[in-house]
Amino acid sequence: MDFIPKLFAKNELIVAFLVVGLIMFISVLVSKYLLRNRIPGAAVAITLGLVLAYFGEKKGIADMPLFAGMAFLGGSMMRDFSIVSTAMGASLSEIKKTGWVGILSLFIGIAVAFFVGGSIGYFMGYKDIKSVATIGAGACTFIVGPVTGAALGASSDIIAISIAIGVIKTVVVTILTPLIAKRIGLDNPQTAMIYGGLIGTTSGVAAGLAATDPKLVPYGALTATFYTGLACMLCPSVYYLILSLFV
Amino acid sequence: MKIYGVAVLSACFIAGQLIGEALGIFFHFDGNIGGVGFGMLLLIVLGDWIKKKNWLDAESETGIHFWSGMYIPVVIAMSATQNVKAALSGGWVALVVGVFATLLCFSLIPLLSSLQKKTGSSGSSL
Repeated sequence: MDFIPKLFAKNELIVAFLVVGLIMFISVLVSKYLLRNRIPGAAVAITLGLVLAYFGEKKGIADMPLFAGMAFLGGSMMRDFSIVSTAMGASLSEIKKTGWVGILSLFIGIAVAFFVGGSIGYFMGYKDIKSVATIGAGACTFIVGPVTGAALGASSDIIAISIAIGVIKTVVVTILTPLIAKRIGLDNPQTAMIYGGLIGTTSGVAAGLAATDPKLVPYGALTATFYTGLACMLCPSVYYLILSLFV
Repeated sequence: MKIYGVAVLSACFIAGQLIGEALGIFFHFDGNIGGVGFGMLLLIVLGDWIKKKNWLDAESETGIHFWSGMYIPVVIAMSATQNVKAALSGGWVALVVGVFATLLCFSLIPLLSSLQKKTGSSGSSL
């Protein structure tokens, strides 16, 4: 019977299509009958994905050979490619309407995450500036944390914590966005762009907006995709220097 | 033909990535700066232009629409392959920082949103 796992391994991407299709199908049923459409099917599916990821290790469910294809389907190449494709429905005039506030939201979002995250770390016992900066950078995204930590020469356990902070942020954003979208007025392209700039974690923003309103995805993703790169430049340099005035 | 749409999308994607990489090299940063964002802007502008010129028929455009329809499934696969265990094993510091800093960023959205409404119509200078 060992030809079956072999067959699955050989066709891993196709298996992943089937698995995601099944997750979506179950989630739509759960959304419709158990949650009475209060939480959209996509949001249930994304949350279910996170739960499944817990059963694996570093690569979530893809650590199991049977589901290895999920890592390719959900990897950065496919994610970025499908995000770019959503731009086809976006309108340039809506983007222009947001204006400079969209760019401002990026700088504020990175600053708030970095300094607030760092301060919390400081008060929880991490007093040296390298650790404070690395923890703050982790509060931006799980890429900014290790990049900043490596640049400043922080210890590896601090870098691990910064990655954990970034992943927790992604999870929080994914689950929280559809739940509080109405309350924060996240129902138009302009607010979606500001949201993308302030929150920044591409995975979280992408998943959160998908679960809220797929029409808003291109706008939020557009600003969010500049966040990580900008934060990787600002955190170990300008923001670190500002931080050194206080710590 | 559908492949024309997919090819246009791929061209925008790769051009965007190249711009992002070039910016990374320019700023001495080991990585890509906004490659996806530039790819999106290119597709918005190029897509608009191609449509006006009637170079891409509806059939070809479905090649792009297929991929934007695959976006949610890709995100589901992405969330199923996150390192959730590491997130939970980061201890209290990770949890408190991750949740609190994120909530604060959320609370700023209405604030900047109202700022945009006040200035947006006049300051469209992106």
